[in-house]
Amino acid sequence: MSGFQYEAPATVEAAVGFLAGAKGNARVLAGGTDLLVQLRTGAANPDLVVDIKRIGELRQISGNAASGFVIGAAVTGAEIGEHKELAKAWPGFVEAMELIGSTQIQGRATPGGNLCNASPAGDCTPAMFAAGVVCVIAGPNGRREAPVEQIPTGPGKTSLAKGEFIVAIKLPARAKNSGDAYLRMIPRTEMDIAIVGAGVNLTLDASGACTAARVSLGAVAPTVLLVDAAAKALIGSKVDDAALARLAAAASAACKPIDDKRGTIEYRTKVAGVLARRAAVIARDRARS
Amino acid sequence: MAGYEGKAFKWVGTRPVRPDGVDKVTGRANYGADQNLAGQLTGRILRSPHAHAKILSIDTSKAEKLPGVKAVITGKDFPQMHRGVLPGDEGVNFHYLSSNIMARDKALYDGHAVAAVAATSAAIAEEALALIDVKYEVLPHVIDVDDALKPGAPLLHDDIFTTGVNPKPDKPSNTVQRVHMALGDANAAFKDADIIVERSFKSKTVHQGYIEPHAVVAEWCEDGQARIWCSSQGHFMVRALTARLLNMEVAQVRVMPAEIGGGFGGKTIIFIEPTAVLLARKAERPVRIVMSRDEVFRATGPAPGSSIDVKIGAKKNGMLVAAVGEFRFQAGAFPGSPLGPACMAAFGPYALAHVTSAGYEAVTNRPLCFSYRAPGAPLASFAVESVIDEIAQKLNIDPMEMRIMNGSKEGTQMVYGPKLKAVGNLECLKAIKNHPINKIPLGPNQGRGLAAGFWFNLGGQSSAVVNIAEDGTATIMTGSPDIGGSRASMALMAAEVLGIDYSKVRPIVGDTSAVGFCEITHGSRVTFATGMAIIQAAEDVVLQCRQRVAAMWEVDVEAVVWEDGHARPAGANAGEQKPLSLAQIAARAARTGGPLVGKAAINAGGAGPAFAVHICDVEVDPETGGVKILRYVASQDAGKAIHPSYVEGQIQGGAVQGIGWALNEEYIYGADGRLQNSGFLDYRIPVASDLPMIEPIILEIPNPGHPFGVRGVGEVGIVPPLAALANAISRATGVRMMDLPMTPPKILAAIDAKK
Ligand SMILES: Cc1cc2nc3c(=O)[nH]c(=O)nc-3n(C[C@H](O)[C@H](O)[C@H](O)COP(=O)(O)OP(=O)(O)OC[C@H]3O[C@@H](n4cnc5c(N)ncnc54)[C@H](O)[C@@H]3O)c2cc1C
Repeated sequence: MSGFQYEAPATVEAAVGFLAGAKGNARVLAGGTDLLVQLRTGAANPDLVVDIKRIGELRQISGNAASGFVIGAAVTGAEIGEHKELAKAWPGFVEAMELIGSTQIQGRATPGGNLCNASPAGDCTPAMFAAGVVCVIAGPNGRREAPVEQIPTGPGKTSLAKGEFIVAIKLPARAKNSGDAYLRMIPRTEMDIAIVGAGVNLTLDASGACTAARVSLGAVAPTVLLVDAAAKALIGSKVDDAALARLAAAASAACKPIDDKRGTIEYRTKVAGVLARRAAVIARDRARS
Repeated sequence: MAGYEGKAFKWVGTRPVRPDGVDKVTGRANYGADQNLAGQLTGRILRSPHAHAKILSIDTSKAEKLPGVKAVITGKDFPQMHRGVLPGDEGVNFHYLSSNIMARDKALYDGHAVAAVAATSAAIAEEALALIDVKYEVLPHVIDVDDALKPGAPLLHDDIFTTGVNPKPDKPSNTVQRVHMALGDANAAFKDADIIVERSFKSKTVHQGYIEPHAVVAEWCEDGQARIWCSSQGHFMVRALTARLLNMEVAQVRVMPAEIGGGFGGKTIIFIEPTAVLLARKAERPVRIVMSRDEVFRATGPAPGSSIDVKIGAKKNGMLVAAVGEFRFQAGAFPGSPLGPACMAAFGPYALAHVTSAGYEAVTNRPLCFSYRAPGAPLASFAVESVIDEIAQKLNIDPMEMRIMNGSKEGTQMVYGPKLKAVGNLECLKAIKNHPINKIPLGPNQGRGLAAGFWFNLGGQSSAVVNIAEDGTATIMTGSPDIGGSRASMALMAAEVLGIDYSKVRPIVGDTSAVGFCEITHGSRVTFATGMAIIQAAEDVVLQCRQRVAAMWEVDVEAVVWEDGHARPAGANAGEQKPLSLAQIAARAARTGGPLVGKAAINAGGAGPAFAVHICDVEVDPETGGVKILRYVASQDAGKAIHPSYVEGQIQGGAVQGIGWALNEEYIYGADGRLQNSGFLDYRIPVASDLPMIEPIILEIPNPGHPFGVRGVGEVGIVPPLAALANAISRATGVRMMDLPMTPPKILAAIDAKK
């Protein structure tokens, strides 16, 4: 690791200024639980690191279930886990965030970091895909919004332009009778990286039929996937066994995994269907209760 | 060694706080990396990225010119060692040992050291490594033991001629040795069997996973001495090997033992100490080298992977008729795999008239495969206990009854030579048989697995000193690094013999110049052998006290007995004397002959073998292959548990490491021969939430070879878990896993293949 410039500005505008004006490679530092590891191993060699934790606006959770929540990009997993109303409205998203690492990691890690690290195996990212999160992005040309699934473009790569960074993530207004869930397969019980992850978010009508659904998969392709075919398998159904079987088949069919030290193509493909089905059952039961 | 049978112990068997505990929890204890000397430099090692490559040239000139770099060394700086094994060297090939520490003409594995630097900061040392230009010619490599044994496999060394085969080969190969031991005639006896099960098993390299990476500080003195601070399982071993590799006299090297953050066999040999000394000599300043976790995985001494065939025949009623085990063990790039111990331990829990235990060891392009807790036995036992379980399944008999029926016991002839003396195999089995776990009903996808394990344990050379202070308190010193609470056990044994309070005994691990020779802390030998030395040294003090008091009282020494820390008249004939305490005798030491110092230096025989039996319940997720361990009970014979909490710790620790080995741990190599998981993210040791409570059961069947009945307890606990889990998984899923580790993808594939 060689030296780099470190800045910890107090405003979004100042942060954009540093990022946009950077000569070489610039990196945002949120919790640092990915970035610091990469600095140590030499995987990241930035010339400039901009710490966003001193920006007051980024340290807050605002809004409510009915209007939608806005979570600042420097809010940590521990803070998200302690937010009772958020956990009630979006248990799947909150659980996914809380799966990350340990107590120590939770005190630092952020959803935005998980998303912008752009690992297909990140745990919070599939839950955000399923939830339909919208990202608020600040940049040299002001602010813009983009759906979460447009952010990662490949392993370690995002669509953010030079000078841009995420200032907040927005969870949409929560409809009645909705539920979400995220499940991952890891060989251990914690402190591990997903071989497969699956997120499901759905809404039921008064009769129990599914009116809206989003299904996502992690670790089965170069980026987290939003699987429309799997969502379609649920919409219009009562999320019964037949619909769940179609969902599982659609999830497996969407997989484009690799064989690597963590799992085989065959395994990932099969378990993606299993986890999608199990997550859908949890989301359905949450929506019903 | 009589005198203690039937005696009620006052201290032995109690659970006081460990004497090294407070320093450890306050952070005061010094581990390998904690030593700091004035002017100390940081040493770093450049390692080969290739599995097998000729080193064409190493240009260190740019690194040497970097400001802050004080020394750069390569293989050329190491003295040339004799090729081959010299008589008297107990099988150690010092050329190989030296070549493992620093590569010479070839790099033999990913991670093999090729050069080292010492610099004024870690950043400069790193930069210097990047400036060293090594030209390699990459050679074909071989990673798997079965591939390495094949004719035509890439050859690692030109001077390995297989030993133990007839005729002696005239061509070099990767096959280091053939081991063969037999009782009766197994192949002929199979004809009497009603059922024969023959299976093949594979396993991967696993690492001990100690938390403390190897670390050393070395200082070179102008008069030609070297001082070394390091954590190891034997500082006398570090001294002997370092002196030899650097052509130094043994007494010119002094090694100070640091606290050790885990070893499990992995710190019974050296990797970086001579490098640190050579750098310190060249730089004329002290040098510290601390390995990174990546280096620990790539370049220390993990346990070998294996390929094993086991064939066992039995009668319909479950009586075993004959057994054959063929064990093929990886060595790393140099010989040293624990094949012999595996062959010895494989069938230990069984009384067998006809048994053959044999195998091959082959070098591969991997780091040295070395000792890990009961070296070799877990792999051999995994295969044997899996086949035993399958026979029980096929015969539809209780696996517990089958083990009891065939269990080895006092008088059983072992395949490796001796007949067993009093041992606890059957007692361990019965303790598990009678445990309430057996009454707990199992649900769907759940299974219960049983396995037994054996380890022969070691004795060996140890020295101890007991120094009595002026006030009758005691400092006791040995040269055995404390890796499992042995200081507490030493203090308890000394307190017992001296008859003083445990709190009045201060146990110390002395450096190589302060105390007599002790072999490494391995083979579960320390509480047994070094403990015996402590007992004898304390007895020496007691005898001296009795002699001095006898002189004071003007009676024969026989007329003075030692009871409860006091010299007392043996009977009425000795006169009406007031008992004298150790403190009172110590206070008069100057007038009665000088300081009270007890000594013992022994070569302890009679290490009693250890047995363990484990049972566990698992639940397997049939759709993901994930395994959850629901319950785990482990029984083990300790002979006599000096400090029961630390015996329990050994039982639990062994079980946990075995569970990791069984389920997830493995070295993963790419086709390029590079290690892909040299970190704890992808090398998966169990985390706390993976484990149920491991319930330990201590049994005490006294070892006749030890005054208090002690037998080693540190290793056998890792022997049964591999098969216990495989057997439980087999009963939960109906598929038998013969390929370790039993990861979720492998289990799911096996379940799906059966459908
Ligand atoms: C011990 C340990 C265990 C872990 N366990 C898990 C786990 O179980 N599951 C899992 O998914 N991950 C795990 N991780 C990885 C990591 O903790 C998560 O990905 C976490 O969410 C990253 O958040 P962060 O705020 O720390 O990111 P940082 O490290 O600060 O940033 C990560 C990347 O995103 C960029 N970035 C951060 N914030 C922004 C922003 N607002 N706008 C633009 N770019 C940004 C950074 O430049 C960097 O490239 C673990 C890490 C460790 C060290």
